[in-house]
Amino acid sequence: MALDRPTAPADSPPLLSVRNLRVSFALDEGLVRAVDGTSFDVMPGQVLGVVGESGCGKSVTMRAILQLVERPGRITSGEIHFRRRPPSGGGEDSAETVDIARLPPRGPVMRDIRGGEIALIPQEPMAAFSPVHTVGDQIVEAILLHGHRWQDGGRKLTRREARDITVGLFRDVGISMPEQRIDAFSWQLSGGLRQRAMIAMALSCKPRLLIADEPTTAIDVTTQAQVLALLRDLQARHGTAIIFITHDLGVIAQMASYVVVMYLGRVMEEGPVDDIFHAPRHPYTRALLRSIPSLYGETRVALPVISGALPHPFNRPPGCPFHPRCPDAMAKCSGAVPSLQPVGTSQLASCFLHHDAVEPE
Amino acid sequence: MTDTVAAAPPPLLEVRGLQKFFPITRGFLQRVVGHVRAVDGVDFTLAEGETLGLVGESGCGKTTASRCILRAIDPTGGSILYRTRDGRTVDLATLAPRDLLPLRAEIQMIFQDPFGSLNPRMTLLDNVGEPLLVNGIGNRRERADRVAELLRLVGLRPEFMHRFPHAFSGGQRQRIGIARALATNPRLVVADEPVSALDVSIQAQVLNLLLELQARLRLTFLFVAHDLSVVRHISDRIAVMYVGQLVELARTDALFRRPQHPYTAALMRAVPAADPRVRSGDAILAGEVPSPAAPPQGCYFNPRCRHAQQRCRVEAPALREIAPGHFSLKFPAISINVSSEKDRCHRHLCRVETLGERAFCSH
Repeated sequence: MALDRPTAPADSPPLLSVRNLRVSFALDEGLVRAVDGTSFDVMPGQVLGVVGESGCGKSVTMRAILQLVERPGRITSGEIHFRRRPPSGGGEDSAETVDIARLPPRGPVMRDIRGGEIALIPQEPMAAFSPVHTVGDQIVEAILLHGHRWQDGGRKLTRREARDITVGLFRDVGISMPEQRIDAFSWQLSGGLRQRAMIAMALSCKPRLLIADEPTTAIDVTTQAQVLALLRDLQARHGTAIIFITHDLGVIAQMASYVVVMYLGRVMEEGPVDDIFHAPRHPYTRALLRSIPSLYGETRVALPVISGALPHPFNRPPGCPFHPRCPDAMAKCSGAVPSLQPVGTSQLASCFLHHDAVEPE
Repeated sequence: MTDTVAAAPPPLLEVRGLQKFFPITRGFLQRVVGHVRAVDGVDFTLAEGETLGLVGESGCGKTTASRCILRAIDPTGGSILYRTRDGRTVDLATLAPRDLLPLRAEIQMIFQDPFGSLNPRMTLLDNVGEPLLVNGIGNRRERADRVAELLRLVGLRPEFMHRFPHAFSGGQRQRIGIARALATNPRLVVADEPVSALDVSIQAQVLNLLLELQARLRLTFLFVAHDLSVVRHISDRIAVMYVGQLVELARTDALFRRPQHPYTAALMRAVPAADPRVRSGDAILAGEVPSPAAPPQGCYFNPRCRHAQQRCRVEAPALREIAPGHFSLKFPAISINVSSEKDRCHRHLCRVETLGERAFCSH
């Protein structure tokens, strides 16, 4: 069994439920289907790992959840059900569920959710912070905008109070000398501190769901270990659900309790982390796991590879998107798209090796 | 296998006390107020046909050291003794530019970014053939034949030579970059993070290609990277750098089985294991890499080292040979005890031995 990881009670309704999401970009050269019928759930307090190579649609899916897909991209179909925070005084049962895909991106509800209930930790904190404002001012601004999360009575927070909250947040994420660091500009901080400040900002409005989009890709391995430990600790203390996106299978193995494997905008396989790593069902997951050099394997021998390259976005293969590179491809794989179906007791896979269910067009 | 140093032929490359300082200037007169000691006394040798991995975190000087060897930048001090194809030994560190020119063909480089390192306005023929043109090798037809041969060598079709780089994926572009590096039949290839910009499924293809080419062409690689599992996979020996210095140098298996320097051990522990049943990331290294402009007194690693003693805070240790071919930068009294390789819960014991100073010192 996987190590101690928080798991949500099986009967509780999901916090976020993405159903048949499709996002496409209408470019001059043609239509790019970046996300092509993706479905997954996030349970309250769960750490969901989303793994995939570049172009698999993992980042676009997350942007869709925040209604941040940029033109000419558009959510063409599908649903994104999100259970909102229950009104003050009400229990979890009184929580209202909204379909984010139907909400206007600039409307008041979406603005309240974005940052207030779903927060994002971006990959490159250097690009995410404004270089002309101090990091403290940027966090204070977010707290003032979503200030009612910290106050019950509806009274507006003062700037002074927001600043004190920010100092507390900095201390919480392990930034030493928070009173001084709060007045620093992002470019004065080291990579690790900058990512900690970004995490403080994401946590500033007590989100129910945190989306971490490759949060450690741009930093060194020892700093990465610090940031991962911090996220794990914060998750254990606050019980925030986290969607953790990365291409690093090591990070997924250490952080996630449930894993979704994506390829070319579709979910290939999903399941508990232990099953994904020790009993992968989809040929893509198997090939991906075999192709990474490990710290224990034999050195200087040829690694098993996935043949071919990722197809060009305008050149999507028909049928199962992985079939041109798949060692187990059959004749039917190029004719129809397999749907995501339960395989075994705990996993789901979209592969004709395990079932015959075809995705309805 | 352990001690081939004495019997081995003279090395292809011998780096001794390599230094590169960048001046910090201030004010209108650009007065020099200090130096960034990017590379500060690095020693290693490179035997023909071997792969030496150079690892370390960003800012440790691994790229600067490799650029000094290429003489892309001029080192501040030290020597880089290189045995040329015709058997002479030259010091690349001090060689005049005119004498360096004929050697450029023998030492080539593979770059990190396959998108930035190819000229988008040149076809593959021109991109890959450029080193031949610069070195005055062959006429137009011969160059085209050579490019076709190179493309085949790296697993691309020769017909591609009239296309432009934008038509190729990241992995294919990295193959093109490798073909270009091999155009002049080099003996030493410096590869600076050649797979870190590639997707997981493509990374394995390029690593396999490098191993295959090395066996076929008897290439010598200096492989610079930050990913320990990649470096471990491809290297015969590994050198670990920290703040401009070499802290450990050993054969790959010995380094991973029994890291001798606390920094090497910490670096290995920080790599997340791709197995949910193995818990890694515990006992993480606190603090940050010090600035090479103002390194701490004593051993550069002492503020972050859990084995640090009083002596480490005042005195800088020298690189010593701990076992044949295994060098580590630490005092002999400091010993870290790492349990078996498979057991990731490394239990470190700090025990003080009275070894004295009888150990070898490479300086």
